[in-house]
Amino acid sequence: MRSVVAMSRSFGVTMDSRVAWPFAALVALLVFNLVFSSDFLTFQVRDGRLYGGLVDIFENAAPLILVAAGVAIVIGTGGIDLSVGSVMAISGTVAAGMIARPEYSVFNNVGFGGSILPAISLAIVTAGIAGLLNGTLVGILGVQPLMATLVLMVAGRGVAQLLSDGQIITFREPAMDFLGSGAWLGLPVAIWISLCGVVFVAVIVRVTAIGFLAEAIGDNRTAAALSGVPVRPLVMFAYVITGLLAGVAGILVVCDIGAADSIRAGRDKELDAILAVVLGGTTLSGGRFSILGAVIGALLIQTLTTTILAQGIVEDSARLVKGGVVIAICLLQSDRFRSGVTRAWKWRRSSTS
Amino acid sequence: MRAIHRVRRAGPLAITAIVCIALYVAAGILEPDFFSMSIVAGFLSNHAVFLIVAVGMTFVILSGGIDLSVGATAACASIALACLIERSSWNPAFAILFVLAGGVLIGGCMGGLIHSCRLPPFIVTLGGMFIARGLAFTISRESVSIHEPMYEQIYDLPASVLRAFGVNDATAERIGFLLPTASVIAIAAFLAALVMLMRTRFGRNVYAIGGSEQSAILMGVPAASTKIAVYAISGGCAALAGVVHTLSLFSGDPSSHVMLELDSIAAVVIGGTLLSGGIGSVVGTLLGVTIFAIIETWITMREGLNSAWTRIIVGTLLLAFILLQRALVRRK
Repeated sequence: MRSVVAMSRSFGVTMDSRVAWPFAALVALLVFNLVFSSDFLTFQVRDGRLYGGLVDIFENAAPLILVAAGVAIVIGTGGIDLSVGSVMAISGTVAAGMIARPEYSVFNNVGFGGSILPAISLAIVTAGIAGLLNGTLVGILGVQPLMATLVLMVAGRGVAQLLSDGQIITFREPAMDFLGSGAWLGLPVAIWISLCGVVFVAVIVRVTAIGFLAEAIGDNRTAAALSGVPVRPLVMFAYVITGLLAGVAGILVVCDIGAADSIRAGRDKELDAILAVVLGGTTLSGGRFSILGAVIGALLIQTLTTTILAQGIVEDSARLVKGGVVIAICLLQSDRFRSGVTRAWKWRRSSTS
Repeated sequence: MRAIHRVRRAGPLAITAIVCIALYVAAGILEPDFFSMSIVAGFLSNHAVFLIVAVGMTFVILSGGIDLSVGATAACASIALACLIERSSWNPAFAILFVLAGGVLIGGCMGGLIHSCRLPPFIVTLGGMFIARGLAFTISRESVSIHEPMYEQIYDLPASVLRAFGVNDATAERIGFLLPTASVIAIAAFLAALVMLMRTRFGRNVYAIGGSEQSAILMGVPAASTKIAVYAISGGCAALAGVVHTLSLFSGDPSSHVMLELDSIAAVVIGGTLLSGGIGSVVGTLLGVTIFAIIETWITMREGLNSAWTRIIVGTLLLAFILLQRALVRRK
């Protein structure tokens, strides 16, 4: 492992060892794909757009990357956000409803409509309000994050279903299609959006002291408050940012499939996002977080899914493998497990020699 | 002083009970059918799976943990049972025992990992959820119906028992209709949990670990075995719920019970159990499940009302109870 870290240092990238583990796993998976599926690493340029296995992985992971980056900050403050899947469903439904304005839904009577910009802004604002609700509960009222976000997780999907009257809202809108499956400078727009979102958040958090102070809150909330860290605004900020990112992710999903499905959109995304963050070396206990790690974790999950599907295993059974890998990686990250294995290994060697 | 303390402890539970009764009366005034016997019995028979899972979840949450795998385990148990009986033509009794043992084993393994490697329960049970759901779909991708005649008999068991005791046919049938085996199993699971938590040393250990694991260990509470047992109970309850699912629907379905784990956590919290562990009761869980059942039944009875309202109302109730708990904890 040290050699990987050293190698990455020599490339001018500083990585702490916690990011190095998932990074190594990602590389291993990619190498596995390279060997076992023939057309994995082929790149093709058609109509000025890049196609290929790696591009697909990145494009499919785009919503998860956005959500995971937000959840990483929340976990860094010692919290958790279970509501991102529901928030994705709400924002997707709002965006699609504003554009399609189907008769059966509440959007039919909305005054300004048709054009894409107000639709998308309203969707993102709604997601931001959802984040604000979480932030208020956790930051100001001091409710346990797990419970506070469980509320919106349960109720949020109901709100999305209510807005769409339980139906799938379909629409045809060239601008939305462009966001979902178009390309810019050779890469899919979804990749650009997710990259911009993550870089934007990473810059806000890491160039200013926000990230550092958030970690201080996650480490010891009382100590941070006593040292003058503005705990409440920062915690609220973390949840609002996560809500906004989930909102963008929800719009990406809707644009990708050209329809808003309030029941399926974003389902299990909250768990995938937490998984991505944990795989990326951020512990659930808070106090430290890595946005780069979360991005790598999200890519790892998507690569794993793609790999399993490429091996001819049906998607439903793929979860079996995914679960096994999750537990294995968690074991590798557990100090207790590692020291136990080392001890057993030493004991065996000393007893045989 | 002690009385005040007791009131505070019982406060959330009393409020849950009041909300439950108020909801029932309100629904009954709007919809007079609500006061009929069959509706009340329907609460239990339609939500037997939910109640059993929530009872298991209460143990885990009281011990300060969480179990996200229960919905998937229930689905996996139901499809495994259906396939064992229909495709491998096992004796149903053996198949049921096998499935229950499987659930206990899965839960116990997760508990072992959580305790011995100090892994967060959230992530381990999330992995367990993926594994159980994947296993369910690997066993069969479609739902499998059960045609075994013995199953009809098990379903009718309460009625046949009553007949054997000389109750006349019509009454036995009526009671059997109101109280199928699924409901009886759910009641039994609830009572067993109640006794375990209130009257046994194991129950007190669960509360002690949930209150503060370190102090519990210092007091000599066997943390390892208690924690493993708690997850094993939850896994066993989930598998039992899968069995009950097949008993009431006569089929196993790998895609069933998708949000069950979160609904049952919500029911436990509405029932006044603190998610941080140590405080709460299984009676509260019963009330929480009943509140769910009342809302769901009322919304299905009102035609034209969007079923999404169930989630919204439950979410709002959850919010109210969380804020209430918060207020009570602060005042202490």
